[in-house]
Amino acid sequence: MRYSAFSLVRNALSGNLNWKPQWRQPQPKPHYDVIIIGGGGHGLSTAYYLAKEFGVKNVAVLEKGYLGSGNVGRNTTIVRSNYMLPGNEPFYEFSMKLWEGLEQDLNYNVMLSQRGVIMLYHSDAQRDAYVRRGNAMWMEGVAAELIEREQLKKMIPFLNYDHARYPILGGLLQRRAGTARHDAVAWGYARGADRHGVDIIEHCEVTGIRRENGVVTGVETTKGFIGCGKLALAAAGNSSRVGEMADLKLPLESHVLQAFVTEGLKPCIDHVIVYGGGHFYISQSDKGGLVFGAEIDGYSSYAQRGNLATAEHVMEEGVTMIPGLSRVRVLRAWGGVMDMSMDGSPIIDRTSIDNLYLNCGWCYGGFKATPASGYCFAHLIAKNDTHPVARALRLDRFARGYAVDEAGAGPQPNLH
Amino acid sequence: MASLITCPHCGVRPKEEFAIRGDASRGRPEPMDSDEAWHDYVYVRTNPRGRTLEHWHHIAGCRRFLVVERDTATHEVYSVVDAAEFARRPAR
Ligand SMILES: Cc1cc2nc3c(=O)[nH]c(=O)nc-3n(C[C@H](O)[C@H](O)[C@H](O)COP(=O)(O)OP(=O)(O)OC[C@H]3O[C@@H](n4cnc5c(N)ncnc54)[C@H](O)[C@@H]3O)c2cc1C
Ligand SMILES: [Zn+2]
Repeated sequence: MRYSAFSLVRNALSGNLNWKPQWRQPQPKPHYDVIIIGGGGHGLSTAYYLAKEFGVKNVAVLEKGYLGSGNVGRNTTIVRSNYMLPGNEPFYEFSMKLWEGLEQDLNYNVMLSQRGVIMLYHSDAQRDAYVRRGNAMWMEGVAAELIEREQLKKMIPFLNYDHARYPILGGLLQRRAGTARHDAVAWGYARGADRHGVDIIEHCEVTGIRRENGVVTGVETTKGFIGCGKLALAAAGNSSRVGEMADLKLPLESHVLQAFVTEGLKPCIDHVIVYGGGHFYISQSDKGGLVFGAEIDGYSSYAQRGNLATAEHVMEEGVTMIPGLSRVRVLRAWGGVMDMSMDGSPIIDRTSIDNLYLNCGWCYGGFKATPASGYCFAHLIAKNDTHPVARALRLDRFARGYAVDEAGAGPQPNLH
Repeated sequence: MASLITCPHCGVRPKEEFAIRGDASRGRPEPMDSDEAWHDYVYVRTNPRGRTLEHWHHIAGCRRFLVVERDTATHEVYSVVDAAEFARRPAR
């Protein structure tokens, strides 16, 4: 069913009883050309582009829980392309462009809101670093603006400009950046993939990878064995565990990141604001709740919850930046498990096994990448060839000495 | 809870006092070992869901390196020993 003003009115007038489910609930077939492990944003977008752009129709996505139960439904919804390194910026800008056409493409409202992302700076050195980042963006054709303190005060009056240690001197703004409704992204891609014939199989956990003569022939699952021509991993925080089923050793550690939502308020925060004094980011959801998060908990973890000391630290950072936050009640908090790669950048590549493909290492920045990740991964799976904007994101970059280390933190995942 | 670590020298301390270095299960290769051995050591992780050994550096305390054995799913801590003592253990 295509959504339109007409379908909305027609369904409203018939008491909203005739809406159809957004995707089928098929039983697994014995064999698929491509199986994708993981029904998160990246698995679903890969399936969608495989079917729509590359004509590979006999595809299944296997998800151990329900769609959206992973990080795609747990993130703080920030979408931006303000990266600095040449290996990253074209990729994230490709993603940004796909975001800008996504609602028309999917016929689905993912509530993309280009409200602007502003990253604050607190010292001359940090200002210089942001000027450099802004210039790097311009060199890839992406607009960036440096906003000086007085101008920023008019735009965002409620920040703590005179903090003794981290006074706010200005910020780097990307106006096209913003947020999107994360669940809707998963649902929109799922519906789109389903309409192109992809089987989305929920509550189907992959428990083993079967290989014969050095190639993958299928997967053992909680719904039995399913054969495949090609197997693609898009398991986010569980990449190491799924990789292990095929004896892959990966440059990953799993870490937990927490996020928080407050009670609903009247519109007060117009942008996404990132606090450069620490690592705090905040925006206001369309329902009115303030959505915010900060750094990872610091030690590797597979628990989808964090510890209270980190929660306290996040609140402190928030109140340092916006004193008024101390009056607001937090309603919900949760954690997501992400695979942190050794340089903080993702991996989209083939593996040592010919028909096994790898999409992992999204750290805590993979939501914005959902469209480009799916597109590039589908390109790789369909053509056996890396998409040009994902060339720097190959697995062997660590061995070759070409790490894409945006934070400059070295091979220590908990510092990225 | 991994938010509290019992340092063998200082007692029970919050995790904010530590810098965490990750995997402590493997020894450092020799300088002239192969590129593969060094690549494995620097970049590759077993990343288990369950028991793991990690280096925790007590930066805001005794400044000793510790080896912490804990569960990455439950956050239960099984043991904490000084890294020097850990290195002297015969079979690792
Ligand atoms: C708190 C938090 C805040 C974040 N904020 C942002 C942000 O503001 N902006 C941004 O760009 N990024 C953000 N991220 C990162 C982003 O959410 C992730 O990088 C991205 O969503 C990961 O890709 P995915 O959507 O495919 O993962 P997921 O949705 O986690 O998909 C992976 C799926 O694989 C499934 N799976 C795993 N193992 C198996 C198996 N054996 N069999 C079958 N299925 C399996 C899982 O159940 C899961 O559904 C944030 C992450 C967190 C946790
Ligand atoms: Zn100590």
